[in-house]
Amino acid sequence: MTAATAPAREPSTRMKSALQWIALHVFAIAAVLFFVLPFVFVILTAVMSDQQSLTGDLWPKPFVWHNLVDVWHTAGFATWWRNTLIYAVVGTVLTLLSSIPVAYALACFRFRGRNIAMMAVIATMMLPPQVAIIPLYLVWSKDFGLTGTLWPLIIPMAFGDAFSIFLLRQFMLTVPRDYLEAAKVDGCSDLQILLRVVIPMVRPAIAAVGLFQFFYCWNDYFGPQIYTSENPAAWTLSYGLQSFKSAHHTNWNLTMAATLLVMAPVIIIFFLAQKAFIEGVALTGVKG
Amino acid sequence: MGQWRRRTRASPALRARRRRETLRTVAFLSPWLIGTGLFFIYPLITTAWLSFSHYDGFNSPTWVGLTNWHYVFTAYPFFWPAMRNTLWFVVVLVTARVITGLALGMLVLKIKRGSTLLRTLFYAPFLAPPVAGTLAFVFLLNPGTGAVNQLFAKLGLPQPGWFTSPAWSKPALTLLALWGVGDLMVIFMASLLDVPRELYEAAELDGAGAVNRFRHVTLPHLRPIIGFAVITGVIATMQYYTQPLVAGQVASGQIGGSGQQVEPGYPDGSTLTLPQLVYNLGFQRFDIGSACVVAMVLFVFSMVFAAFLMRRRSGFMGED
Repeated sequence: MTAATAPAREPSTRMKSALQWIALHVFAIAAVLFFVLPFVFVILTAVMSDQQSLTGDLWPKPFVWHNLVDVWHTAGFATWWRNTLIYAVVGTVLTLLSSIPVAYALACFRFRGRNIAMMAVIATMMLPPQVAIIPLYLVWSKDFGLTGTLWPLIIPMAFGDAFSIFLLRQFMLTVPRDYLEAAKVDGCSDLQILLRVVIPMVRPAIAAVGLFQFFYCWNDYFGPQIYTSENPAAWTLSYGLQSFKSAHHTNWNLTMAATLLVMAPVIIIFFLAQKAFIEGVALTGVKG
Repeated sequence: MGQWRRRTRASPALRARRRRETLRTVAFLSPWLIGTGLFFIYPLITTAWLSFSHYDGFNSPTWVGLTNWHYVFTAYPFFWPAMRNTLWFVVVLVTARVITGLALGMLVLKIKRGSTLLRTLFYAPFLAPPVAGTLAFVFLLNPGTGAVNQLFAKLGLPQPGWFTSPAWSKPALTLLALWGVGDLMVIFMASLLDVPRELYEAAELDGAGAVNRFRHVTLPHLRPIIGFAVITGVIATMQYYTQPLVAGQVASGQIGGSGQQVEPGYPDGSTLTLPQLVYNLGFQRFDIGSACVVAMVLFVFSMVFAAFLMRRRSGFMGED
């Protein structure tokens, strides 16, 4: 046995890897603090008393848990919650119902202009909402009188969402042709193929797209600001939260309590659906 | 024997089938076709047309040619600050996010124990509603009583004005954006995992240190995904609206809402972005023509970058 079987671990190499280990973990701890502390401070401030929140104190003394209840009962909060839920749930369902057939056609049908259609989908993905907002607002308010409601936000979701279509289509491309051909030989119509072959095989993508759309609606500020600001009964959480801050200008404790109540559902759903979510995000990078 | 093709007319059955297939394709595509017409093409044409008109939302629009364009580019006081800010954000935000996302991705992959927990913790803030996150950061970076400045004071460091200081407001927004870098981190992690292990081993055997391994093995493999992240980041940053708007309003203590004059881009126009101008011109000043001018500028920039994206990603379309 010679010394050539394994490289000798000189003390300097050991030191170097020890230093690397320390540096790595120091960075990790610093990063964790940066990402977690904002949440922690929001929670701590949310349960402070009115006077204490004006000071620079970091630890509540005493813990006023009641703030959370008070904020919930504040005029409108429950309404905002309900509106946001309606917007997010209905919007997500409509998006999926309309985007899946489109993605299916773009992935599995052969037709002239398929590439152009794909490029058009991508182009609409890149369109800033502010470009289209003014004519759309004019139509919704003058021709339909639907401003001050959630309809201008929800109805467009029945016509497919470019990002969802894109992601679903990329995933559907991975369904092996043989399955499709076999089903066709068995006499299935295109619709049946979609329902019985393709959808079951792309379930993770559907879940991911559904979650993305849900969070997009939940977190949307610009849409509700434009269409619902004139009618507080239609406000969503994002817009309501900002107006709450204006109303409770110096009461940071209450504002943080409201902020917590707005952030919490999203974080909770995330923790429950983590795997689906993160896989979906990774998909956008790999398949995009 | 020469092979020359003759244009034969397809049989009626074949033509019927082709017609059926076209119908079927259109049927499946119909939601999107209608949607694109209603919510993309129609607004685009109307916005372009309105940019050449004087329209206050009440009286009929009247054609005024390039008047609005001239106004926005020369007389509207907020346009060029917003352009400069948007450029600042595009350069700084995108770069910082890409570098941080990559660094965090590599960090999480290196730390084997608890990596799932780390990944969750780093990703979670990305989901926080932008308004909520902005409020949290404005609170934390409060110059007087915020936790960050208190810590700085204890350490004897200078305490920046953050969201109340024209010089620090954009860096403060950058911190907020970095807090939400989780989505990029996850995308980079997926790509990092794709790099074949053997390449690293070969490089190590050749005596390459960590830095060289990164430069010659990791980076080349990540180039496409970094390109993708940069371009989509630029496009997203052109639409940067909610965080700067809310931060400016909250930090200034002014109340927003349609028709009320709020100092845009508090402090001193340092947080103004192009999308905010559309709102300011259209919904607060009721100068719809000029709002559409800004909207067209936004559109042109976005499509230029979208074209970049499509050219780089030749494999975008997928197998045919």
